[in-house]
Amino acid sequence: MSERILSSKLYVGIWATLMVLTVITATVAFVDLGPFNTVLALVIATFKALLVVLFFMHVKYTSEKLTKMAIVCSLFWLLILLFLSLADYSTRAAGHG
Amino acid sequence: MDVEQQRNAASLGMWVFLGTEVMFFGGMFCAYLIYRYWYYPEFAAGSRSLDIWLGTTNTAVLICSSLTVALGVRAAQMGKRRLLVLLLLLTLVFGLAFLGIKAVEWHDKFVEHHVPGASFSAEDLIQAYPQIHIDPARTQIYFSLYFAMTGLHALHMIIGVGIFCYLTYYSWKGRYTPQYHTPVEIGGLYWHFVDIIWIYLFPLLYLIDRKPLK
Repeated sequence: MSERILSSKLYVGIWATLMVLTVITATVAFVDLGPFNTVLALVIATFKALLVVLFFMHVKYTSEKLTKMAIVCSLFWLLILLFLSLADYSTRAAGHG
Repeated sequence: MDVEQQRNAASLGMWVFLGTEVMFFGGMFCAYLIYRYWYYPEFAAGSRSLDIWLGTTNTAVLICSSLTVALGVRAAQMGKRRLLVLLLLLTLVFGLAFLGIKAVEWHDKFVEHHVPGASFSAEDLIQAYPQIHIDPARTQIYFSLYFAMTGLHALHMIIGVGIFCYLTYYSWKGRYTPQYHTPVEIGGLYWHFVDIIWIYLFPLLYLIDRKPLK
């Protein structure tokens, strides 16, 4: 079982998509979408990150399940950090002002 | 089979390290979220003072560098030594261009007295947006996080440039073959990770509130 070599066309396609998304996210920021400006910016960023992880970092093609587990675990811990901290800070006034 | 196992082990080790890096940056992202939630007007004003053209250009530069890295790993897999060296050199050029543009942006912030500390001033922002109440102390928090987050990211870029100098030298020496090129692959994972951090830093720092003010 040797590692898979992806075509350079695929890499260039991913690159072009990332470039287009960068222009879109910068342009759309100037349009008033209310609270959805931030939502859209984060959705685009997450989609870009996903493309990098799956294709540039070869996670889509890896046969090693432990790699995927390590990624899911680290994201899970990150979400614990962010959500539980925000749940606390956003419901208490301590430190505010 | 042993070579394959070694490669998988090295890759897994790198992913675990990147997991610790997620937590390292995660602390800063968490501080950012809390303060942005509390001091939104100041964060929006501070964000507007950043140069969106330089920020977008830098995002594009990093994406280009990720492409050259991905193609470089491919060249290593196929044993194309000259192409590998060329792509690694291109990556170094993009990486240094990113750091150069970042240095220009930081310099602008020094000139504008937007660096937290004794000479900090948010006067220009207060005058530019009279319709918003802006507290200078809270604006300093935005810029503190701006410098801490982009600074930590730039430090990772500098380390990345060091790693890629090493990889370029040994690629040129012909050390990496289709059977053995784990260092190129692992170095590539690191580079892409640093790119992903910037993919989040760009909207979070530059695009907080660019829409026209009412």
